[in-house]
Amino acid sequence: METTTDTAMPALSAPPRRRLLSGPEGREAISGLAFVSPWIVGFLTFSAIPMAASLVLSLTDFDPRRADAVRFVGLANYLRMFNDPALIKSSLVTLRFALIVVPLTLAFALGVALLVNHRLLAGRNIFRTLFYMPLQIPIVASTVVWIGVLNVSTGWLNLGLEAIGLPSVDWLNNPFWVHPALALMGLWGIGNMMLIFLAGLQSVPTELYDAARVDGAGRWASFRHITLPMISPVLFYNLIIVLIATFQYFTQAYVITNGRGDPGGETLFFNLNLFREAFQFYNMGYASALAWLLFVVVLGLTLVLFRTAGRWVYEGGDR
Amino acid sequence: MTAAARPAVRPLPAGSPLRRPMRRFLAISGITLFATMLVSVFLMPLAYMAATAFKSETQTSTPGAPLWPAKPETFTYRGEEYPVFRVPTEDGLQSWALVEPHREDAVFIDPDDPGAGPITWVGRWRTLEQSWSFSLDWSSFTRAWEILNFPRMFFNTFAIAGLSTVGAVLSAVCVAYGFSRFRFPGRNGLFLLMLATIILPFQVTLIPTYAVYFALGWVGTWLPLIIPHFFANAYNVFLLRQYFLTIPRDLDEAAMIDGAGPFRILRSVIIPQAMPAIVAVTLFHFFWAWNEYFLPLVYLQGNPDLQPLSVGLGRFNSLYSGEPTVIQAAALMAMALPVVVFFLAQRAFMRGVVFGGVEK
Repeated sequence: METTTDTAMPALSAPPRRRLLSGPEGREAISGLAFVSPWIVGFLTFSAIPMAASLVLSLTDFDPRRADAVRFVGLANYLRMFNDPALIKSSLVTLRFALIVVPLTLAFALGVALLVNHRLLAGRNIFRTLFYMPLQIPIVASTVVWIGVLNVSTGWLNLGLEAIGLPSVDWLNNPFWVHPALALMGLWGIGNMMLIFLAGLQSVPTELYDAARVDGAGRWASFRHITLPMISPVLFYNLIIVLIATFQYFTQAYVITNGRGDPGGETLFFNLNLFREAFQFYNMGYASALAWLLFVVVLGLTLVLFRTAGRWVYEGGDR
Repeated sequence: MTAAARPAVRPLPAGSPLRRPMRRFLAISGITLFATMLVSVFLMPLAYMAATAFKSETQTSTPGAPLWPAKPETFTYRGEEYPVFRVPTEDGLQSWALVEPHREDAVFIDPDDPGAGPITWVGRWRTLEQSWSFSLDWSSFTRAWEILNFPRMFFNTFAIAGLSTVGAVLSAVCVAYGFSRFRFPGRNGLFLLMLATIILPFQVTLIPTYAVYFALGWVGTWLPLIIPHFFANAYNVFLLRQYFLTIPRDLDEAAMIDGAGPFRILRSVIIPQAMPAIVAVTLFHFFWAWNEYFLPLVYLQGNPDLQPLSVGLGRFNSLYSGEPTVIQAAALMAMALPVVVFFLAQRAFMRGVVFGGVEK
């Protein structure tokens, strides 16, 4: 067969082009593509084609219940964004929430990672497991539990506040306190971030700390000038992850008010607004436009972060 | 500290090496105590959940009832049941059963010594605190079990999570094998493209896929929650591929010389070697599916009989918000399996996170 000539006389058959799908290499390529094909099919069916379709749908007034009557509306859906109070509200709510939840979550996850990495802590693995565990609880179940804990009269958080002489707060029905309350709930999701910080902390060479101690650096100085720069790559990674997750925030907000966005629209997060437009009002053309807005914002933010990363993310020689 | 407090017994010069074990011991205790307190506060909501789930409905509506599950203590005296109160006396607080209430005084019996006969106490019994005894009330669990139709919900959740896990693991193993063991044109480009899909917000593809499922009549069925998982997910493939790359190629080659084809090598070399990673992916995916809320909500909104636990629990929460004991009992039942399995397999879970996470 040809295959033998191909390999036996590479000098003769090489110059034009390697034949793609023949020879042992060809057979290897066919097998490889065959094994990878589920993903290729899935990518086309569930990512690529839907993305294109979503872009097209965003230019229509598509409603799946009357798909035949779909009309092309040009950029109307995008223009509508500029004076849609629900969209403006939901964007502001999401941004404001991100300003609280992103730094808080990162700081708490890093703090816990430092604690459970401490060489003097006994039973470190037990603590790691316990701090990780809430992530394993279904979000709906943990939200339901937190709703009870945050209850204005019977919740344990207010009982605790009263016990130390602080006023009780109607956490979930007060437009000001609902974001801190949700941020508090979010601390139950630090598990993965904590483990990734932990891996980062463990990869810092101990010689650096020894050298700093010789130079007379205190604990804070060595944290500030050694730990933080050395773990900046994982900090960066976690920042991106938590930022994307915050822009997709949905379940907790949906469960606490059954999707109404109360109190005062403060839990009408971007994604909840999108869900309502798509699956309650069936404005699927407009909802597609909203999805693209979200995609562009998240992508833009990620790119900006990658751009600025050079300034503060340490790239060691071995990375 | 303690060492310094006993200088007479063992006088030590400051900074002596013999003092260091003590200092070290204190530092360990201090930091461990701090961590214990922090983790207790962190997990406090679980204690709230358990305590509330085991309370009776009457306890939650009684002001002054304890935080732990309890029932009002009673004492039976001469065939009659009397409530027990905490009565302040000269000998301190006593738990006495109220036999005969009056306005300005009351007659009590001491349950520890009923033979002593009635004791008259001067004061308003209405100001007294009831005495509670620890008691677990299981009725909220049975109520939640029936109202929410837990057997049905469990079945739905198992079926959806189980079937989608089968698809996710099988397809991810195949694709990861393809990416890690075969050279083909465009391999690196495809692999990067696959990683890029991780940051693609699912909302962008949500509406067109919904429209297609709607046209196919799949909305209101499990199919949209299961079928897409048979086409390999980027996270799972990435994790498995990284692991496959660590398996020495000599093993494949030895099998190949023995005449094994690609499928045979996958089955008898790669899969047995990669079991830890496959188990991690299986666990991740199964419990991700168990906990997933958004898509089941979207596709099964109008069909409560097919909903998994997460969606059922959310619906239940909005309907029964006035009955915290039943809701907490339902939450406890919904989280029991994931939490127990997590504790049993925590190593597999936590190793998988770091393996898949940091390498990116």
